[in-house]
Amino acid sequence: MQEFAIILVSSILINNYVLVQFLGLCPFMGVSNKLESAIGMSAATTFVLTLTAMASYIVDVMVLMPLGLIYLRTIAFILVIAAVVQFTKMFIEKTSPLLYRVLGVFLPLITTNCAVLGVALQNASKDLNFMESSLYGFGAGAGFSLVLIFFSAMRERLAAADIPAPFEGAAIAMITAGLMSLAFMGFSGLV
Amino acid sequence: MIESIAQQPILAALIAMVGLGVLFGALLGYAAEKFKVEGDPIVEQIDELLPQTQCGQCGFPGCKPYAESIASGDAINKCPPGGQSTINAIANLLDVPAPELDAEHGEEADLRTVAYIREDECIGCTKCIQACPVDAILGAAKLMHTVIAGECTGCDLCVEPCPVDCIDMLPLTEGLKQWHWPAPQNQLDIIASDRSGHEAPSNEGRAA
Amino acid sequence: MRSTWVTPGGVHPPENKHQSLTMPIGSLPIPEKLLVPLSQHIGAPAKACVKVGAKVLKGQKIAEATGAVSVPMHAPTSGTVTAIEDRPIAHSSGMSAPCIEITSDGKDTWIDHKGVADFEHASPQALTKTIADAGIAGMGGAGFPSAIKLSPGHRRPINTLIINATECEPYITADDSAIRERAAEIITGIGILSHILGNPVNILIGIEDNKPEAIAALEPHVADTGISVVSFPTKYPSGGEKQLIYILTGKELPSGQLPADAGMVCINIGTTYAIKRAVVNGEPLISRVTTMTGNACGINRNYETLIGTPVSHMLAHSEFNEHACSRLVMGGPMMGFSLTSAEVPIVKTTNCILAPSYSEIPDDEPAQACIRCGMCAEACPASLLPQQLFWYSQAEDHDRLEAHNLFDCIECGACSYVCPSNIPLVQYYRHSKGEILKAREEKVKSDHARERFEFHQQRMEQAEKDKEAKRAARREAAEKAKATVAANAGTAKEGTGPAPGSAADIIAAAQARAAAKQVSPEEQQAKFERSIAGAEMRVQMATDKLVETNAKQTEDQKNILNAALEGAKQKLEQAQARLAEHVKKHSEQVK
Repeated sequence: MQEFAIILVSSILINNYVLVQFLGLCPFMGVSNKLESAIGMSAATTFVLTLTAMASYIVDVMVLMPLGLIYLRTIAFILVIAAVVQFTKMFIEKTSPLLYRVLGVFLPLITTNCAVLGVALQNASKDLNFMESSLYGFGAGAGFSLVLIFFSAMRERLAAADIPAPFEGAAIAMITAGLMSLAFMGFSGLV
Repeated sequence: MIESIAQQPILAALIAMVGLGVLFGALLGYAAEKFKVEGDPIVEQIDELLPQTQCGQCGFPGCKPYAESIASGDAINKCPPGGQSTINAIANLLDVPAPELDAEHGEEADLRTVAYIREDECIGCTKCIQACPVDAILGAAKLMHTVIAGECTGCDLCVEPCPVDCIDMLPLTEGLKQWHWPAPQNQLDIIASDRSGHEAPSNEGRAA
Repeated sequence: MRSTWVTPGGVHPPENKHQSLTMPIGSLPIPEKLLVPLSQHIGAPAKACVKVGAKVLKGQKIAEATGAVSVPMHAPTSGTVTAIEDRPIAHSSGMSAPCIEITSDGKDTWIDHKGVADFEHASPQALTKTIADAGIAGMGGAGFPSAIKLSPGHRRPINTLIINATECEPYITADDSAIRERAAEIITGIGILSHILGNPVNILIGIEDNKPEAIAALEPHVADTGISVVSFPTKYPSGGEKQLIYILTGKELPSGQLPADAGMVCINIGTTYAIKRAVVNGEPLISRVTTMTGNACGINRNYETLIGTPVSHMLAHSEFNEHACSRLVMGGPMMGFSLTSAEVPIVKTTNCILAPSYSEIPDDEPAQACIRCGMCAEACPASLLPQQLFWYSQAEDHDRLEAHNLFDCIECGACSYVCPSNIPLVQYYRHSKGEILKAREEKVKSDHARERFEFHQQRMEQAEKDKEAKRAARREAAEKAKATVAANAGTAKEGTGPAPGSAADIIAAAQARAAAKQVSPEEQQAKFERSIAGAEMRVQMATDKLVETNAKQTEDQKNILNAALEGAKQKLEQAQARLAEHVKKHSEQVK
């Protein structure tokens, strides 16, 4: 039980995939303009991450390792991720057309989100069991959601504020992300 | 058997990848059927935000066709009657940046206009009645035509067809009822970029 | 002692009330011209019912209420109506509005009027009608028609009547001085209100503790009446309706709910006095107590001013020093507005004219950047977030503004008062409220236009379909007719006619149809007789024309008219001939 808690805290805060490991910055910057779309995106990414962690574990253990095809991990995992993302895209298009429209191109881009592939590959290299893999995947998603929602809330307030002209737009967003990253360094000695 | 396949790496790789591909393909195919989506409700939501003057200044024959075009990715800054506020609203809905109004399609008018028929010159041809998209002109063949001012949206589609050119677009005067508080002047003058384009702060016209 | 609650937020600006309380309520000489605006209240403007040049008596009705939410206007003094037109009124926009101008005759003659001393036995409906006819609107500043407030109708029964004697804004002492001098009449007024509302269980007079003389004036009159005088610590803005209700009862009214929905009615104490005068003395609302104050005026006191008195008249009798005055304010320093001209009239909701010196109200300092200190949120009596409202107002983010309850802002000015950067916060909120209301109106209009457009398209499609259907039907009918004619031609006994399907066939078919339309002989005769009558009339008209214009016309014209007459005569003869022939034929047939 304690291990699971440690895994979650580690993947959400200490080794946060976005602010500490700097993976998945593309949707982090791209979909954080509005809070509603950020919430939608983080839900989609968490869903993808958890499913991918599970599916890639199964593929790794049942297909790749017995057949000695460990060198094919990257390709196989990309295949898994593409399928999961496609499934997610269809699901969202059906249930929330507005979210689908809002996420736009970023939804299929979850396929190329390095955080997703990063989670899958890291799990495979750490030699975890199924439960631990899935938990890492879910924790990665939760950490991504946490940071994305915080960031988008800040960007909304920045949008209404008096920003000097040279800093408007992406510049102030980058500075804010950097400051958040600095803040998350404070978690490094936690576990 | 697995060991024997494992001995031949190329075959193993081929079988593994093709097998995975087929498996996922089948799953996705099934999901595609289950989650089929008809139509595009986003068009309705965009149409709600457009001003419904049906004037055609955007280049489309009405507001709904323009909404459909926006849903397919067209620029959102083509509607002069809607003005900047409509552009901002559509940008908000679609989560895209809000550009300035495209001057090619017209200027945003400061005051709303309403059509007025000079009755002395009207010949009762009904051309304007046919042109009006909201049926705001009352009349019949060889009888006097007149504009119902309350229904007129100011699209000025009636001005062209009139053969005797007896239709004027008059600005709606705004009285006490339509008056609203103006925005307070932004008087920041701290750094150079604030000062560019601003006049020096003045104390004129400030209420208590 | 009844317990009171404490509202959140609020500020304590210097009261500056003592200056105008040194003398009792005075009266000004009657001005030469009085200007009565037709809209001094919430609701539809009144409609003038007198004409220019009419002589009016004091208290005579000069404008009728229009519609359900409106009040009438009455002449504040006797004189002549000299104009009914747009004039500048006291409004933040500086715009004009329709007004009735009365030139006084100096005699101040009252119209015949009678009140009801024994109101206890009058019906609430009758009393409410009297109040409506007297033109009474909320005199605390809002101007809501009091008769409507007193008729909660289908809403919950009223269990609490609150009389608002708070007068929380600095400088204003109109209600204070009125209470000191007219306490007995005010209590009578409260009795009237109580009777109209069905004798509510709780009757509370809410008053701040900075008015000990007024409290002392009220106490003897409320003994044994069931009315409680409740005083509470002074704080601005305790006099707002929602704030006062919370202070006296601890109940928080939800956003959008009226006090009547919670079983409460809140009436200003000045309005209560006006209601008493209307019911018991039969006097319509034609004057009110107005505070004239500020260091730029030599005399600071309260006056019983006639509605329609120009502000310049008040200033002239108060030793006004124009150069010392930083700005002229109608209302108090927190919620009043600057006047651009002193020629505007006092209206029913004017409680104060403030003429401050530069040391009292200096010129505005320029606004600086918001430092996000949060003092505005501490000061807000409605528990809103002024800082957020400010930022979203600047960004014109209407959704976020409504999410932060922009429309619950009572525009009291406490947030602007405390802002260290001198940001005019209330102006931003007023501007945004206007923008949101405008956007809502435009949405309604555009939805309506969309409906009409869709119906227009539907109508067009239907018309097209109908035309298509008619065309199809006609085609079918033509083909059927062709077929029958061909069949007839085939069986015709008179030899071979022209080839089937030719033009001659169609004509023959038409003639056959006409012949088939047998008209009875009587009808034929009647027809002929009608045509004769018509022809005779035309002859008559032609003759008349000729006779009448014989002298003036030229030769050519005379010839034309003669020819016309000849033609008409000929037609008449033809018609008569036809009739004769028909009669002959018919009689032959009968035979």
